Amino acid sequence: MKRLIIGLVIAISSFSYGQNCTYTFLSELKDFHDGSAIESATIYQKENDSYAFSDLDGKFKIENLCAGTLTLTISHANCETKTVSFEIIGDTFKTILIEHHIEELMEVSVTAHVDKKETKTAQETVLKELTLKKYSALSIGDALKEVAGVSSINTGSSIVKPMINGMHSSRLIMLNNNVRLQDQDWGIEHAPNIDVNAASQISVIKGAGALAYGGDAIGGVVVVNPARVFLKDTLFGKTTLSGQSNGRGYSANTKLSKYTKKGWFASVQASLKQNGDFETPDYVLTNTGSNSKGFTFRGGKQNFESGFEVFYSYLNNEIGILKASHIGNIEDLVSAINSLEPLVIEDFSYDINAPKQDVTHQLAKVMYYKRFNNFGKVNLQYDYQNNQRFEYDIRVGDDRDKAALDLKLQTHTLSSDIVLDAFSDYKLKFGIMGRYQNNFANPDTGVRRLIPDYDKYDFGIYATAEHNLNSKMTLDFGLRYDFNRIDAKKFYFTSRWEERGYDEDFSDLIIDDLGTQLLVNPVFDYHNFSVSAGFNYQLNEHNSFIGNYSLSSRPPNPSELFSDGLHHSAARIELGDLNLTKETSNRVSASYNYNSTQFNLTAEAFYNHINDYMYIEPTGIEQTIRGAFPVWEYLQTNAELYGIDLSANYNYNAHFNFSNKSSYTVGNDIENDRPLINIPAFNTRNSITYTNDWKQFSASLTSDWTFEQTRYPDNNFETYIAAIDETVLVDVSTPPSAYQLLNFYSEVTLETSAKTNLNIALSVNNLLDTNYRAYLNRLRYFADDMGRNIMLQLQYNY
Amino acid sequence: MKTIKYLFLSILSLSALVSCSSDDDTPEVVNEEEVITTVRLELTATSGDIVVLQSQDLDGEGPDEPVYTIEGSILANTEYVGEIQFLNELESPAEDITLEVLEEALDHQVFYIYTTNNAGSTVTYTDLDSDGNPIGVATTFNSGSVSTGNTLVVQLIHEPNKTGDGVSNGDVTNANGSIDANVTFTYDVN
Repeated sequence: MKRLIIGLVIAISSFSYGQNCTYTFLSELKDFHDGSAIESATIYQKENDSYAFSDLDGKFKIENLCAGTLTLTISHANCETKTVSFEIIGDTFKTILIEHHIEELMEVSVTAHVDKKETKTAQETVLKELTLKKYSALSIGDALKEVAGVSSINTGSSIVKPMINGMHSSRLIMLNNNVRLQDQDWGIEHAPNIDVNAASQISVIKGAGALAYGGDAIGGVVVVNPARVFLKDTLFGKTTLSGQSNGRGYSANTKLSKYTKKGWFASVQASLKQNGDFETPDYVLTNTGSNSKGFTFRGGKQNFESGFEVFYSYLNNEIGILKASHIGNIEDLVSAINSLEPLVIEDFSYDINAPKQDVTHQLAKVMYYKRFNNFGKVNLQYDYQNNQRFEYDIRVGDDRDKAALDLKLQTHTLSSDIVLDAFSDYKLKFGIMGRYQNNFANPDTGVRRLIPDYDKYDFGIYATAEHNLNSKMTLDFGLRYDFNRIDAKKFYFTSRWEERGYDEDFSDLIIDDLGTQLLVNPVFDYHNFSVSAGFNYQLNEHNSFIGNYSLSSRPPNPSELFSDGLHHSAARIELGDLNLTKETSNRVSASYNYNSTQFNLTAEAFYNHINDYMYIEPTGIEQTIRGAFPVWEYLQTNAELYGIDLSANYNYNAHFNFSNKSSYTVGNDIENDRPLINIPAFNTRNSITYTNDWKQFSASLTSDWTFEQTRYPDNNFETYIAAIDETVLVDVSTPPSAYQLLNFYSEVTLETSAKTNLNIALSVNNLLDTNYRAYLNRLRYFADDMGRNIMLQLQYNY
Repeated sequence: MKTIKYLFLSILSLSALVSCSSDDDTPEVVNEEEVITTVRLELTATSGDIVVLQSQDLDGEGPDEPVYTIEGSILANTEYVGEIQFLNELESPAEDITLEVLEEALDHQVFYIYTTNNAGSTVTYTDLDSDGNPIGVATTFNSGSVSTGNTLVVQLIHEPNKTGDGVSNGDVTNANGSIDANVTFTYDVN
């Protein structure tokens, strides 16, 4: 942001003598950031049509001036031309500050995909527009898997939750254009509400090192940024159309941007996606269609000195959930697990019936910044988010078309930060954040609330420092304090309240007794301190190392505290716990990076120790009229996660390139001496790419090989099946076998005119139509994953 | 100045968006409408004798186990008219879910499965949906011989495959669908 344009400030003095055309104008040109002199600038004086040049000290002098207006146009190789005017009433001395980093800026503008990292010492990977465009018809969770160490936990093919080093949901922070996404991310079947088409660049930061974004990112941070603004009078756009064979899906996305030289900008983007039922190699996955509509608007003015931005984003996703995954009780689950094929297979259709979810996320923000000479930059931001979530279950009678879950989550955030970058060796940043959140669970569903009504208040304050020790070594350090208060109103069955033992510990929370149900008002406060420290050492041109330590903690989310009831799609009763405390993570990481024109290697290792790690596991069985259900409770333990992510790229010659991305993660429950659940198995992705200058042709073949997860907790249980009068083992734990998928991708770019081009991409995923089930897909008990998918995409850039 | 003006304009327009928040302080209690808390199998003999087998779980998905009761005594070698009732007693007055089952008869079927049948009891369907397949709300129950420890599982299945092999004869094996109620009655025949 800082390197935008030219700035100019301030004056010193002026005195007058009362003679005409004898005045002298003396000036000094300085860099806005560090005040260093700008030499060899050309100064054009409009009134006299004459030129002057600044000397080694940045000074220049114009003599024999008359009283009146003096207009100067200052130009310099590394600065954008700037015109300034002065009223001359006597001899005058002025310091003129100009922005000196314009060269760097122009590079950004021209190529539009230069790595701009958010952090200095964290394990960060940047995905650029060229990569993201391959995922236009898919989801952001699919795109993030381009990063070694990032996987996803899925519910079918459309609900894709990103997972960083085995951690997901509330342990990740998702930022959309500098707004922390508040979209009920606690649920495993709640995918992030970000349209991948609205992103121009995505940074994945592993671990909690980026304290400016929050102190509770035990897993990591995903930063989604829109396109950079550049100062040029231009209007351009792109339109993408795609179609795919599997699910007979199609999508359209279009984006139009207008920029001006003065810094004004406006950009609109809209996307539409639809697909019908997906197919495995052998059968149709009934009711897996989805429908998505997205729209974003962004506008404002950006100059070096000050600027503002208005941003609005709308995203609606209607996603069908595999019909066969709706089960009534544990007997249904047993028959589903034992059946090789889903129990419901119907003909292909675009219809989306229950069970399904319909989620609308709206985000609006206004941001203003101002830069002060010799000081730094102040940002002020307000954002509002509205997340409306409907979930539809298979219901009977009058309730057939009524949502079973209707949650409205509204969040207001006011934040401000100050970046001090006037010193060349130090960069300091301070920030403060206040947030109010309200969750409203509509009782008209006629179903007891899964998440109660609550008000949540967050307050955060942080400071980060970056210090360039010398040309090779950069150090950074950060401190953050967060306060969270959750004030909920929840109904409990009296029987549940007593069974949980809350009548002893929390009887003072009861505000109303309705006989079979109690209304309680828990108010919990959490104080969290986070720390981060790291170094970045550039040994030489090729080799660099980074190291980072971070301490972070996360308070329990509403689901962990308040869950209480039957989760239909999982056929289990899930119970939260009011006694849960925050979990605290200590994470150390080290990376090695080798960089040359022919070969690049990044090796990232981490160890994360988490005290009071919150997780859910089965603890027993409860009988209801529907039959028996296993009870899964949120518990706490001490856990450790460690692993290594490798990413290598080798250019064999101008045409052939090999790349490898591999990731291995281990998760252990230290207290109970057993593995953690849902940790991704070893995965390795190898690609060979052929490129040719002819029409920028490229073709690549990728093998994506996921091993069988052999480290998993045994949560199997036995249940009595009355219909067959037998006790059977319900195997919910054993991961599916390893699988290897081959994917093909090819593209050409045709120049359609001097300024326009057409990019045509053909891809085939799961080329060999392999049958497989993924450990990290919650629907793996019910059906195989998607079979071959041929996709054609046209992108017209204009 | 201009920028600041725009900024305030935007904040104003945003606050209009925001003002539609719901701030009702005390949430409304939800008494679930579709939960089946009670399954009652009422058996009426030609003599007018009535036997009621009932399974009741008044906290729905709560931790309390269903309570099984039997009123009256089942007599040997007797034919009873069987009528099953599904109730939601969380609502007051209790909602009779059987009516919904009958309304959507094509999508429902009740199955009577013996896991222990020392008496040789039989249950026969006596009602039909509009496709001519049994629903299972109305039955004929033949008690069989004097015995103890007979176990009858009653399942209400939503969206069963009614044309599946044996399904219309009460065989649940090929019915698929999802289970809305699943209770076990144990009785003696005197």
